[in-house]
Amino acid sequence: MLVVAFVSFSLFTFVGDPINNMVGEETSEKERAELRVTLGLNDPIPVQFVRFIKNASKGEFGISYQLRRPVSELITERLPATLELVFVSAIIALTAGILLGVYTGINRNSFTSNIILGVSLLGVSLPTFVIGILLIYLFSVILGILPSFGRGEVVDLGFWKTGFLTLSGLKAIILPSITLSLFQMTYIIRLVRAEMMEILQTDYIKFARARGISENKIQYRHALKNGLIPVITIAGINIGTLVAFSIITETVFQWPGMGFLFIQAVKFVDIPIMSAYLVFIAFIFVMINFIVDILYYFIDPRIRIKGTE
Amino acid sequence: MQNQNLSLINKIIDSDIFFSFKKSPTAIISSLILLIIFFCSFFVEIIAPYNPFDPSSLSLMDAFTPPSWSEGGTRNFLLGTDGQGRDMLSTILYGSRISLIVGFSAILFSLILGVTLGLTAGYFGGRYEMFVMRITDVQLTIPSILMALLVDGIARGIISRELHDQMAIYVLIFAIGISEWPQFARVSRAATLVEKNKDYVSASTIIGVSNLMIMLRHILPNILRPILVIGTIGLALAIIAESTLSFLGVGVPPTTPSLGTLIRIGNDFLFSGEWWITFFPAIFLVLLAFSINLLGDWMRDTLNPKLK
Amino acid sequence: MSFLKINNLSVNYIMRKETVFAAQNVKFDVSKGEILGLVGESGSGKSTVGNAIINLIDEPGKISEGSIFIDNIDIYKDPKTIKTLRGKKIGIIFQDPQTSLNPLLTVGEQLIETIQTHLSLNKADAKSRAINLLKEVGITDAENRFDNYPHQFSGGMRQRVVISLALCCEPELLIADEPTTALDVSIQSQILDLIKNLTKKRNLAVILITHDMGVIAETTDRVAVMKKGILVEIGPTKEVLGNPKAEYTKSLVSSVPPTNKKINRFNVINKINENDNQVNLKILNRWKKKELNDQNLVEVKNLKKSFHDGIFSESSSKDVVAVDDISFNIKEGESFGLVGESGSGKSTIAKMIVNLFKPTSGEIYFDKVCINKITDKNIMLKFRRQIQMIFQDPYSSLNSRMKVYDIIAEPIRLHNTLIKENELKDYINDLLESVELTKKSADRYPHEFSGGQRQRISIARALATQPRLLVCDEPTSALDVSIQAQILNLLKDLQEQLNLTILFISHDLPVVRQMCDRIAVLRYGKLCEISDTENLFLNPSNSYTKELLHLMPKIESIYETR
Repeated sequence: MLVVAFVSFSLFTFVGDPINNMVGEETSEKERAELRVTLGLNDPIPVQFVRFIKNASKGEFGISYQLRRPVSELITERLPATLELVFVSAIIALTAGILLGVYTGINRNSFTSNIILGVSLLGVSLPTFVIGILLIYLFSVILGILPSFGRGEVVDLGFWKTGFLTLSGLKAIILPSITLSLFQMTYIIRLVRAEMMEILQTDYIKFARARGISENKIQYRHALKNGLIPVITIAGINIGTLVAFSIITETVFQWPGMGFLFIQAVKFVDIPIMSAYLVFIAFIFVMINFIVDILYYFIDPRIRIKGTE
Repeated sequence: MQNQNLSLINKIIDSDIFFSFKKSPTAIISSLILLIIFFCSFFVEIIAPYNPFDPSSLSLMDAFTPPSWSEGGTRNFLLGTDGQGRDMLSTILYGSRISLIVGFSAILFSLILGVTLGLTAGYFGGRYEMFVMRITDVQLTIPSILMALLVDGIARGIISRELHDQMAIYVLIFAIGISEWPQFARVSRAATLVEKNKDYVSASTIIGVSNLMIMLRHILPNILRPILVIGTIGLALAIIAESTLSFLGVGVPPTTPSLGTLIRIGNDFLFSGEWWITFFPAIFLVLLAFSINLLGDWMRDTLNPKLK
Repeated sequence: MSFLKINNLSVNYIMRKETVFAAQNVKFDVSKGEILGLVGESGSGKSTVGNAIINLIDEPGKISEGSIFIDNIDIYKDPKTIKTLRGKKIGIIFQDPQTSLNPLLTVGEQLIETIQTHLSLNKADAKSRAINLLKEVGITDAENRFDNYPHQFSGGMRQRVVISLALCCEPELLIADEPTTALDVSIQSQILDLIKNLTKKRNLAVILITHDMGVIAETTDRVAVMKKGILVEIGPTKEVLGNPKAEYTKSLVSSVPPTNKKINRFNVINKINENDNQVNLKILNRWKKKELNDQNLVEVKNLKKSFHDGIFSESSSKDVVAVDDISFNIKEGESFGLVGESGSGKSTIAKMIVNLFKPTSGEIYFDKVCINKITDKNIMLKFRRQIQMIFQDPYSSLNSRMKVYDIIAEPIRLHNTLIKENELKDYINDLLESVELTKKSADRYPHEFSGGQRQRISIARALATQPRLLVCDEPTSALDVSIQAQILNLLKDLQEQLNLTILFISHDLPVVRQMCDRIAVLRYGKLCEISDTENLFLNPSNSYTKELLHLMPKIESIYETR
């Protein structure tokens, strides 16, 4: 986390002159100098860093260059949208991915498996934005049943504005979440399949067969349990990737989330937003890694209990 | 010398790899498609019917012509024209060249950086290995798109706008390359660790061969297979990454549009009915990525002795 | 009378370039209460037969012909039959206990699952039955260990768990496929005794598949010898091993290193070089043979090596002491043996002598110079030239991407940078002929050679710099017994003609007896005993040595009364 904070901070300080970006052309030199002092830009670097951390933990990230509003406000406004989108996509990707992966892993050469694999390969080759455009074209332009942009109506729950509780909100989330999840889903399918195929060739599976244990039990109790272990790590990383890819989906569907904000920030070199986004993302990733580690601990007894070797 | 060349060809033909290549229709088809695309992009100046970037050849009268097989289309513009009167087929060919150049260069950069770091980390071990692997792990948790965006954003902040447009391609190659190197590093290191423990490496050490020679002559040739597989898949990812960034508006400058840029431009016209402006570049892009992935998949299955 | 009857069994593997006939018209039977040994070298088809009985042959293998009767039931008539028999009437155990158990389930869970598959017992009854089984196979504290995971058991204990799993539903036939190959000698004898006891107690019909003749001699009642899928000879063990009738059996038995005497050379019937009795060493012309005096070539003083558990572990209590204060000397021209089980430190010592590891403390002297303290690369290179090594695994000791020519040329080019190409070519050809390989071998790649041939290439490479000390780390442990005999003969000849000093590392006592002049016995990094070979075998003074000698499987045991 600290590393990321430092990177954010350096972005802030060194990339471009903040003053130039913040004020207009007409401001005089004297006013600029005054502004520098007020903002504490003349203080030594370590002091600035500490101040940055203090502010960050309080949720203050300064003011957006471009939009002239406090960054923290912007983020809290947009956060729920992104999180809801990621949540739904993650569920879709994981459930479908694992189910299909197991199926194709067990029935290696069946016709259905090959079709699923072919489609999954296609899925990996389709960039997210192409999928989005395709879906929009199909469902919005031609069929006209689903909205092509925006979030629909939201219900204000105080600090969180959710789109789950309205019909239009639910309708609106369908296309973007499918788009977002497709890429990850195909990846998970291939991973789970590879794992299952490898496990089904191990000695302990052979030994279980030799003891007369039914094929079903072997596949689901023995193979799957072992196969899911690496999938957990990947799932963790996946959620992170989903958050990042949401940038693209949000752009295509004009979904008012953090990703959309970030892209604008990059285009206009709006440093405060960029660094704040970084910190947030890093925080989310660290949390995810942490949870994954804990899950691992519970699932794999080899990590929990020391062996005798 | 003649004999050696002949026997080399014979060896390739006789090898297991070529056998499964012949047997696999997907491999043959995808390589064929790729060859055609590469060829066209390379010789685009000769092959493309028009040069879409020459303003003098454009005429607004031709704008929004639909593809030749639908009503209103002409033979002149096989796939129709865009809002400026540019021939779709030509723009696609030029665009794919950009996409390919950026994709290839980025992956090459990634590969060299990643393999060097991964190999040395695996071979020397110790603190150096821990350090490199930590960086790899940290960076792997950051999705490559984000990484590329970051690097690009920083670059824009540092370089002035005009210079940035000129150097955009290099920045892009660097950004995408930086985002993909950990994959290569990780695979190289894992493969190096396996090879390092094999006795022939010990034998060479005992003989007195220097570390550098061992890494180059013994380890590197033996870890090439998985690297090749990752490289092919990475190429597809790099091309998609570049198109995504261009689509988002932070990729190549509009003066040298890639397939992603074309899709973005075309997106605006989707609702007004001129579907071909976005459709054809998109199909082309998907075809490119799909062929590369097919090839990569076939490679992975052939080169992996375990999954039989 | 016979419980298991196999008639004309044939198994084929149809591959791309060829069809492999893994088993051809195999016919034999096994009765209850007897142990039938199935012995053969690699590729003999013994494991294939075992797998065929329970119909678990890996793709692309198929049973092409034949029938198998268990308790007078034709098990192939209906494919469903075999599925009900697995675990219930037939139990099978495999070679590696580590990979045979599901790491995520406790031992108890795996037992209960198997029991409930075949017997209709409720959970509590199944559990008590399982615990009794664990006790029966010799697992102490069975009630608690019931809830342990596989990785919490040591190798021998794990194999006992595997046996309990195979027997938990009261099968009448047990197939044991190389059950002790992965275990140390002391554990091996325990497991074999366990199998013998269970056979008697439960009146089992047992097939014991192995390549180890000593194990066959000590454990089996009858034995069937297989070669390349064909059953060559079958009969009571005493007869087949003591008075073999088939040519192959005769050569197999004579290749086994005797445990009770020292012989000069192995009597190998199928020799490559029919002309001479001894190898024609062409490289002798180039070899500067040193005159032997009675000097110590190698002196090892107080050698210690410890490994850290992790890279950044702070406390020294996490150290694993692999080698603990070892001292010994090797005279020039002699053959010195390092013997021990796994974890004894013998390989680590070897690796320190060839400078692959640096010792934690202590000195190694080569020709009176302390070589582990040399820092100058050029001086080190001089010494590297004189010490070379051959390894255990013939498949990983050669770079599969390099031609044999380049593999052997590498050390020559490094140490003799001025050598001309045609001189190099001649030298390499001489080296190849000295290890009984043809000139054409130079142009090929390692995967075109068999295990024994690869070891010869390794030897050629090791000799290329004309070393004075040759370290052999289990050089024949991965080879078939007949090939082993050839390679050991080769090493003996080379040593004699070139005045080589050999450090021979092995866990196989009979082999060491044949190859070495003096032997050191190691255990857990400590030196137990050093003595002349004959003295060690006839009059061991250390208790561990005595135990090892007692437990080692001897083919001569067929002559002892049981």
